[in-house]
This record gives sequence, C-alpha cells and structure tokens, in this order.
Amino acid sequence: MSERFVEQVGQLARRSVVRTARQPANIVFPLVFPLLLLAVNSSGLQSATHLPGFPTDSYLAFALAVPFMQGALFATMNAGTDLARDIQTGFLNRLALTPMRGVALLAGQLGGVMAMTAVQAAVWIIAGLILGVHFAAGAGGIAVIFAFSLLIGLGFGALGAFLALRTGSGEAVQGMFPVFFVFLFISSMAMPRNLIEIKWFQTAATLNPVSYLIEGIRSLIVIGWDAEALALGFGTALLIAAIAVSLATFSLRTRLTRS
Amino acid sequence: MRTLSVAEGVAWRVLHNVFTNPSLLIPSLIFPLFFFTAFAGGLSRIDQVPGFDYPPGYTAFQFVFVLLQSAAFGGVFTGFGIARDFESGFGRRLLLSAPHRTGIVLGYVAAALVRWLLTAAVVTAVALLVGMQVGGGAVDLVGLYTLAVCLNLAATLWAAGIALRLRTMQAGPVMQMPVFLLLFFAPVYVPLALLQGWIHNVATYNPLTRVLEAGRGFLAGSPTEVGLAFAVTAALVVGFSMWALRGLRSAERAG
Repeated sequence: MSERFVEQVGQLARRSVVRTARQPANIVFPLVFPLLLLAVNSSGLQSATHLPGFPTDSYLAFALAVPFMQGALFATMNAGTDLARDIQTGFLNRLALTPMRGVALLAGQLGGVMAMTAVQAAVWIIAGLILGVHFAAGAGGIAVIFAFSLLIGLGFGALGAFLALRTGSGEAVQGMFPVFFVFLFISSMAMPRNLIEIKWFQTAATLNPVSYLIEGIRSLIVIGWDAEALALGFGTALLIAAIAVSLATFSLRTRLTRS
Repeated sequence: MRTLSVAEGVAWRVLHNVFTNPSLLIPSLIFPLFFFTAFAGGLSRIDQVPGFDYPPGYTAFQFVFVLLQSAAFGGVFTGFGIARDFESGFGRRLLLSAPHRTGIVLGYVAAALVRWLLTAAVVTAVALLVGMQVGGGAVDLVGLYTLAVCLNLAATLWAAGIALRLRTMQAGPVMQMPVFLLLFFAPVYVPLALLQGWIHNVATYNPLTRVLEAGRGFLAGSPTEVGLAFAVTAALVVGFSMWALRGLRSAERAG
C-alpha cells in the first residue's frame, strides 16, 4: 500500500468525519434515538424476563445489543446519502479527473463511517455500564463488542455506499430505510428466537442475518463467551462486509467509467 | 360558507397529492402494519407473563396501540405536508387567496382525517385477517374509533401549529418527537400494572395512557376509564385548535 494511497484515504476519511460533525442532526439523532428506544423498551418489557427460559433477569442487558444495529442502520443511511450527494453535486466527477484512486474514495468514505460507528459503540457501552449492565464476558468481551460493531459498521456503510453508487440519488438511498427497518424488526431484537411464539415470525427471524449480529453482541453481554453465537455473528458480519465492499467497489468502477 | 369552501379546496388538494403520490401514501399505510407485525408477532408470548390479563389476546392488545399510533402519526404526516407547502411558497399564496383563512386549517384537518380512515381500514382488515379476537360490541367499537378520530384531530392540530409557526420541513422532528414520546411513554407492551420502575410512574401520569386503556377496554368489551379518556382527547383537540389558529395568525404576520 503506497504512502500516497494512505494519504488519499486519510484526506477523504477526514472529509467524511468533518462533514458529519458539521451537521449536528447527523450526530445527535443516531445517538439519542437508540438510547431513547432502549430506555423505553427495557423498562416496558422488563416483565418479559419472567417468561420461562428468558436468558437474563435484566431486559436492559438483553436489549443493549439493539442500539448497535440501529447505529449500523444510521451508518448505512449516512454513508449512502453523503456519497449520493457527492455524485449529485458532481464532486465524484471532479475527483475522477484527479490522480486519486477510486478505491481510496470508498475507503475514505468507509473510514469516516467507522469513526462514527466507534463513537456510537463507545456511547452504548458507557451507557450500559452507567445503567448497571453487567457484561458477562468482562473487559475482553467489551473489546470484542467494540471490534464487532466496527465490522458491522464497515459492512452496512459499504451497503449504503453501494446503494448510492448504483442509484446516484440520496432520496433513493433514504427510500431503502424502511426495508432495513424491516430486517431489524423481524429479528430476535425483542425476544429470544426460541421464545417467539408465532411460527412464521420465528422462521423469518431465523433466516434474517440481523438476528445473528444481534445475538453475537448479546451473547457477550448476557451469557459470556458463547463460541457458537460468536462464530455465527462474526461469520455473518464478515460475509455482509465482504459482499457489500465487493459490490460497492464494482459499482464505483462502473460509476467512474460512466463519468 | 366561505370557510367551508376554502376547507374543501385545501382538503381536496391534499388528498389528491397524497393519493396520487405513492411516496406519500405508502409509508402511512406500511408503517402501522409493520409495527403491528413486529409487536403482535414478535412479542406474542408476552401474554403468558404472570399478571397479564387481557382476554382477547396479545394481537388485540397491540392492535389498539397501533390504531391509535397510526391516528396520531397520520396527523403528524399531514403537518409535514403543511410545512412543505409553506416552505415552497404555496402556503403564502394560499393565505393571499383564501377569503376565510380558518378554512385552511380546517381543510388540512379534514384531509388528515380522510387519509387516516384509509389507514385504519387497512390495519383493521389485516388484524381481522390474522385472527384478532374482538370482545366488544358495535357501540364499543364506535367508542374505540371515535377516540382514534379525536387523537387524529389533536395530532393534526398540534403539527399544524408547529408547521404554521416554523414554516420549514426542518420542523419535522419538532412535530414528531413529542408525539412519539407521549405514545411510547404509555403502556405499549404490557398493561400499566405490569410496568416497573420509572416508566410506570411516567405512564401513570401520561394522559395518553387513559386513552390507550380505554381503547383496549372497548375492544375487549369491558369499557374502562371512558369518561377520562374522552375528556383527555377533547381537551387536546380544544387546546391544539387554539394552538393551530394562533399558528395561522403567526403565518399571516410573517406575510
């Protein structure tokens, strides 16, 4: 990796972070909204922990994994919308005239998204600790959660970039928000899969990769070191990241050729 | 009479825009169904929590929340439209051309109601198709839907007041967030008695808790807190009517 390439990536990642930082709504909303939902849901559903077979007596601990996924959802939207704006305003075309490598644009954009994901993950973990959540896997588990959330941020950020590069429209990227929301809600987000009573919902949650991402993080908070949950979680996250980055890279080539 | 003709014109335009534009129509239909599926489907085992006592079952329990939520958010979505009209300059032209400007607010309110009636019909049909049990009779159901209509009116007037004062789409979160908080600080997932900690205290004093409990009572056929629920919704409609009309005056002053 040449020094020049690293510099290009650094410059574009910095631009991505600064652009996000200059729009308070892009920082505050993705941080406040998941915390608010966590507060409401963890209190409202605390009595669910009385169900036989529920894995913990704290719904807050059970639900703490969810903000990580909501953060990823916002990462997708922000990355996609920002890149789509670059396409719509002609920034990408102007960049194509410079010696900058296309992949540096993608890496820089995703670097910015991951920086935001790191801030979010730190906030969720600190909020959990302040609210008295006991992380069953200890300090090592917290470090793994942090790394896991960065991997999820990379995958979903690349997915947003892919959508932006394919459509070239911020509105089209925003229009995908309900679709991602469906994936989040039809998952084991609110109830362990074995306790979901409605069969079709349980099947959909089992087929939904988001369930495994949530369960990977949740296992470190609620259970401890669960090799199966972690393997499924990391495997799913790696697969999503690999597919999304490949698709985004391919679409970037096509987009730059079109330009 | 002139007020009514202005209201009719405004309402027709809003409804024409909504029903001919899928990006405006579909979210207001899809989101309530989506919440209904996620809550009633994913959390159905909650009815086995010790102390949960709602005879028609968890699907009906969540249906009432989703119906009232769709009524409130139907009003908020119309508020977005008002803000868009004023941001684009159409609202100013409307102020210039309307002989009786109160009709403008009335028109938006009527459009919000018609728009929500379609959502309510779809949500109800889906709930019945998936086997929702209804314990209440015709009078009870009229009570439930009347409460929802009142909530729709109150939410539209609230959002209209904001939209007419700020006259920008950026006011969206200001319209949406308080409604969202009021709804979710009520007993959404379990009855009030099963809530614990701070949320129990907040829900106890949240006026929408009375509306939600009364709605669930109607659907179960055992009405409860009816007087209080209607008093709350009537107070909200009257209070936010004044709020919206003062917002109209604010828009007039801004020119």
